Amino acid sequence: MTAIEIPAPAPVVTPQERAHKVFAFTSRWRWEEIAFWVVAALSILIFPTHLVLIAQVLITGLFALSFDLLVGYAGIPSLGHAAFFGIGAYTAGLLARAGWTEPISGLLIAALVAGIAGFALSVVVSRLTGIGLIMITLGVGLLLYEAAHSARGITGGDDGLSGINIAPIFGHFQFDFYGKTAVVYTYVVVFLLYLLARRIVNSPFGLEMKGIRENVRRVPAIGIPLRKRYMVVFTVSAAFAGVAGALLGQITQTVALSALSFDRSAAALIMVMIGGMGTLIGALVGAAAYMVAQDRLSDLNPVYWNFWVGLLLVLFVLFARGGLIGGVDRLIVWIRSKRKKS
Amino acid sequence: MILGNLLYIIFSGVAYGVLLFLMSAGLAVTQGLMRFANLAHAAFAMLGGYLAVTLMNSYGWPFLLTLPIAALGTALFAGTLERLLFRRFYNVSQLYQIMLTVGIVSMSVASVTFIWGSVNQPVRMPSYLSGSIQVGNFDIDVYRLFLIVAGGLVVWALIWGIDSTSFGAKVRAAVDNRRVTSSCGINVDRLFMTAFFIGSALAGLGGALSVNLVGLSPTFALDFLAYVLIVVTLGGHGSMKGALVAALLLGVVDVAGKYYVPQTGPFIIYALTVVVLFWRPHGLFAKA
Amino acid sequence: MKRSRLAIAVAVAILLLGSGAVQGQQTPIKIGIVYSFSGAGGTAGKEFNDIVALFQKQHGDTIAGRKVQIIERDDGGIAPDNAKRLAQELIVEQHVDLLAGLIFTPNAMAVGTVSTQAKMPTFIVNATTSGIMAKNPYMSRYSMTATQVTIPLAKYAYKSGMRNMYVIFMDYGPGIDSGTTFENTFKGEGGTIAGEIRVPVTAEDFSAYLQRVKDAKPDGVYIFLNASGSGTTFLKQAKTAGLDKAGIKIFCSGDLLTEQVLPAIGDAAIGVISTMNYSGTHNSKMNRDFVKAFEAQSGGMPPTFGGVGVYDAFQAMYKVIAAQNGQVDPDKTMALVKQLKFESPRGPIAIDPDTRDIVQNVYIRRTELKNGQLVNTEIDTYPMFKDPTEHP
Repeated sequence: MTAIEIPAPAPVVTPQERAHKVFAFTSRWRWEEIAFWVVAALSILIFPTHLVLIAQVLITGLFALSFDLLVGYAGIPSLGHAAFFGIGAYTAGLLARAGWTEPISGLLIAALVAGIAGFALSVVVSRLTGIGLIMITLGVGLLLYEAAHSARGITGGDDGLSGINIAPIFGHFQFDFYGKTAVVYTYVVVFLLYLLARRIVNSPFGLEMKGIRENVRRVPAIGIPLRKRYMVVFTVSAAFAGVAGALLGQITQTVALSALSFDRSAAALIMVMIGGMGTLIGALVGAAAYMVAQDRLSDLNPVYWNFWVGLLLVLFVLFARGGLIGGVDRLIVWIRSKRKKS
Repeated sequence: MILGNLLYIIFSGVAYGVLLFLMSAGLAVTQGLMRFANLAHAAFAMLGGYLAVTLMNSYGWPFLLTLPIAALGTALFAGTLERLLFRRFYNVSQLYQIMLTVGIVSMSVASVTFIWGSVNQPVRMPSYLSGSIQVGNFDIDVYRLFLIVAGGLVVWALIWGIDSTSFGAKVRAAVDNRRVTSSCGINVDRLFMTAFFIGSALAGLGGALSVNLVGLSPTFALDFLAYVLIVVTLGGHGSMKGALVAALLLGVVDVAGKYYVPQTGPFIIYALTVVVLFWRPHGLFAKA
Repeated sequence: MKRSRLAIAVAVAILLLGSGAVQGQQTPIKIGIVYSFSGAGGTAGKEFNDIVALFQKQHGDTIAGRKVQIIERDDGGIAPDNAKRLAQELIVEQHVDLLAGLIFTPNAMAVGTVSTQAKMPTFIVNATTSGIMAKNPYMSRYSMTATQVTIPLAKYAYKSGMRNMYVIFMDYGPGIDSGTTFENTFKGEGGTIAGEIRVPVTAEDFSAYLQRVKDAKPDGVYIFLNASGSGTTFLKQAKTAGLDKAGIKIFCSGDLLTEQVLPAIGDAAIGVISTMNYSGTHNSKMNRDFVKAFEAQSGGMPPTFGGVGVYDAFQAMYKVIAAQNGQVDPDKTMALVKQLKFESPRGPIAIDPDTRDIVQNVYIRRTELKNGQLVNTEIDTYPMFKDPTEHP
């Protein structure tokens, strides 16, 4: 008589363990992410005359990332996000001018101030949806711009803030003309914040945000306090944007009204769309693509540039809603399926 | 003296308000009908302006004749855009609608700069619409008077159309409840197309009329986007009368602001908008 | 056979070496340009390129045997972070010998820090803020400052009988500079200011402001607006509002009435008194030739004060390069710059050795119709005027 093999009982998986597995899966480092950070580091080595550009690309990427948290993860459309970038920039600039030249604490204070502003706005914004929401974010952005323009005594108005001196980092690394210190400083800060952002989106809170994006009406029905979540996401996103603005102010040693402009808010939208909404790395990739293209094509008549960017946006919205990252993902899936077949 | 100033402000403000209404009415209706976030609406108005200016400056057309052509041309352009592109996005997240229309605005501004350059377009009104006439102690600007009268006629026609025609009734029904309306056998899709067409024609007309008052350059599409959105949001979606009141209010507040506190600029308008939205998130006359 | 092959090889080698040696001598002199080719509104970019093309046609593109290479970068408008980065890249990557350009103050300030840090002589063709020279020892300017051209107009206004004036200016750097300078100077002469309006930069419709002016009933009104934006419609609106009928004389800064925009403004400009460092009808042979040559180059557009600023900056750069025989040294360059005195299409100009800023004639003009064309006719001159507020 053959022994009947009784299969071992299936291991009991607790919900916590299952959640862990899911998060472990979704938070694994993707190919595109590793590639981006490696390429960024390599460019610093390969292009020693373009360090300032690389630093500015990373900063814009951080700003786009903060916008992705808002629009790509929580689904909150905002046309005034540059307000937080500007608040961070002016905070860092004014601190330095007042004598507080230590850079890292400057960043933290700027993040705090921008975060508070984000919180304040979220109190209002969380009541609205759709066009009303877009309108109020646009209105606040424009309002802040006008206020900054008028407050010449504080912000320098359209002349901007200059004469911002930043002390060496850790008392040792001086900001040099080539931008070596600046670019490494920026790389480290943006990378750390990137890790933080990943942690946030690959957590239960991140899942709640996705829920809000997918079906905002259903979310309160499953017991998630919508308003509170809005407020948290807005605050975090604003703080990130504030750090980006502060970084720009510190490494360029100037702050101008362009930090708060509608163009900057619109550019974030474009970058996130091109890169891929809701992927985090898409924001960075989109920012890099946009800024590098703009720099290389700066000889081109800017009229043409605006036209092609607009067209690109329309085409992406029509055919490539996942942006570049979405396209790469599909390519990877396609390659893998081919491999499986063979 | 003070009465004179007040009258001036109201007169000038109403003229500006009428202009804003013409430019916004279309958006108010299409917003209410299809919840479509069309940020390119101000670009349509800009197109109307450029059509009128080109006809006048390059082909010598008399001003009044350019108005219907500006309206029609804009409507045709916008209508084509609607059929080919916008239709696909009615049931899509508003985010994508914003991106789409922002892309269109970017392309329009670039095209306009390419064709006409970035300077303010020179425009010369016929003599019977220029200058001012003396009425007692007051100098009444003829062009503004024309705006109020002509614009007023259009407004009256629109209100009549919305209130008293069957088309208007269908539009109002569809704004209230699209599903029920379409289940009554009304072709909502065609309704929308017609409403979009008319709305864009109005925008084009508004744009053409505004050139003499506020100038025309490629930045028009973005400068006036803010004002148009404010009118629509304050007025409440789908409400044409709401848009009218909001536009007039905005016009008067704008002129009053310029007169009494000129250095604040558009700050007052934006502050007002934020405050009103905070208090009444769905607009002053929302069909909530 | 072997010999002929050898001969050919030697000949080729000599040619290569020879051309290499010649190449070595011919590294170009690089001038980096950071300018707002876009985003400045109007035709600043085109005028710049036309001026440079004209200048090189007249003065050639080689100095002391080396070719002059002009590398242009567009900062896109008011964008100090862009301007700064572009200047840095021009120095670090392109190894330029000189920098030039700059329209907007924030951009000029940002590039100033680069210029000072890198000891790069920088020739400002437009930016008009007074404060920038003192902080940046390697910068020199070839346009004007708002103060420099406004003070003479305020004095002239008083001289011509104005006693009570209203002042309107746009709420941005140059506007505030100019407006407050006018008020202070006019009051210093003994006049009174009837009122002041700071117009927002985005303003298109000035009728409310004009109404206020009419209500105040001044003798005249002084205006400073952004000429490349809506400022050009102001004069037309003033006419519609009946300012002239009310007997209010209009004084303005000359950039509202440049030769390029006068045709669009039309009759509304007639009788307006303005101040500028340059007028298209300036009566000198150099200017007449300059205007004719420029119009041929640009396809009919007349030159403006902006273009003249570029032209003179290039005159300056060529002079200092030639004086150093093509070997540009920053400190020697600045020493030469401080001694500059030459003839410009606008009249005689010089660089102040203490402030490195421009010293020039300031002209008061009246706009009139001459031979069916609108021109700015010079009616008074304040010779070799310095900006008194600047200190080294």
